[in-house]
Amino acid sequence: MTVAAELELKSFVLLRLGERRFAVAAEQIAELVAPSRVFRFPHRTPKIEGVILRRGRMIPVCDVAETLTGKRVTERRLYLIAVRRYDANTEWVALPVTGDCELINAELMSASASDEPHVAGWLSHAGDVIEVLNLEALTPGAEEVNRSAAPRESVEVQP
Amino acid sequence: MRLGLPAKPTPLRTEQIILFRISGQVLAISSASVQEVRSADGLAGGTTEVNVPSIRKVREAIRRGEKSLFIVSGAVHFGLTASQGALVFVLRKTRTALLIDGIEKMTTMTRLQALPLSFCHEERRWYRGLTALDQVVVPVVHPDGFLTPEEVKLLDAALPPPESLPEQISPETPLSQ
Repeated sequence: MTVAAELELKSFVLLRLGERRFAVAAEQIAELVAPSRVFRFPHRTPKIEGVILRRGRMIPVCDVAETLTGKRVTERRLYLIAVRRYDANTEWVALPVTGDCELINAELMSASASDEPHVAGWLSHAGDVIEVLNLEALTPGAEEVNRSAAPRESVEVQP
Repeated sequence: MRLGLPAKPTPLRTEQIILFRISGQVLAISSASVQEVRSADGLAGGTTEVNVPSIRKVREAIRRGEKSLFIVSGAVHFGLTASQGALVFVLRKTRTALLIDGIEKMTTMTRLQALPLSFCHEERRWYRGLTALDQVVVPVVHPDGFLTPEEVKLLDAALPPPESLPEQISPETPLSQ
């Protein structure tokens, strides 16, 4: 491999949902955590199950399996905590995954116009062609937040 | 030479909240937002039927002085399993009387985290944010989040003329602050 080709390689985290594998840019992954209690409360946002508590932070749990594989995942091994961008802000979102995750280096192939919005690109690994996920398109938020009537109250009662 | 006084530890800012239950779901509200707590039975006879098909969560109103308060079913509002509702919170500076199942306890929160941006629908109006109490996450409701100004207009328009409304009795259980 030439130096030029090596420079094209990027780091990705491979995640498993049922029988399929997907990839997320490693720079968008904060950590991988064991399953913990999901706190559920009334809301109207599809895909969001509730929140988990992680080191004092409440992190929304977003089940993307149905969108990506067509069926919900019942078996759950880990939560992949990803960094989701909302315009100028970023927030953590927990993605339930069904298998171990793997860090790899691969070359990103750009998505084409015919790809789904949640496809950021493609990579080739161990004989498979794997979708690289665009979390901003896959998880709820952004444009819907802008339409929301309520201002965002960010009260930290604690100093 | 005078030595500076040792820095005083910053007192922890806290907020008193009431944990309450609707159809098994525990929610919290700032106690400062609750003007009165009344028994739902105690309201019987003093209510007026209100029927706005697009606002199913409101079936009744009570008259309080010059204005009417709309009794909002918490269960319908949050899309929970229907419940009878045993208590009513009269919410300060709103036109809402919230029907709930019961009070769990009063406690203090020291931190309120904004609702994560992934929650991007009506719940952004419903909640001020989330708090964690003994490692349990509880949503903190927004007292203004039960009725929009448009809903209040529609409900006002559906009310019978004021002179035909029964006069509501004086507050039953003012909440101590």
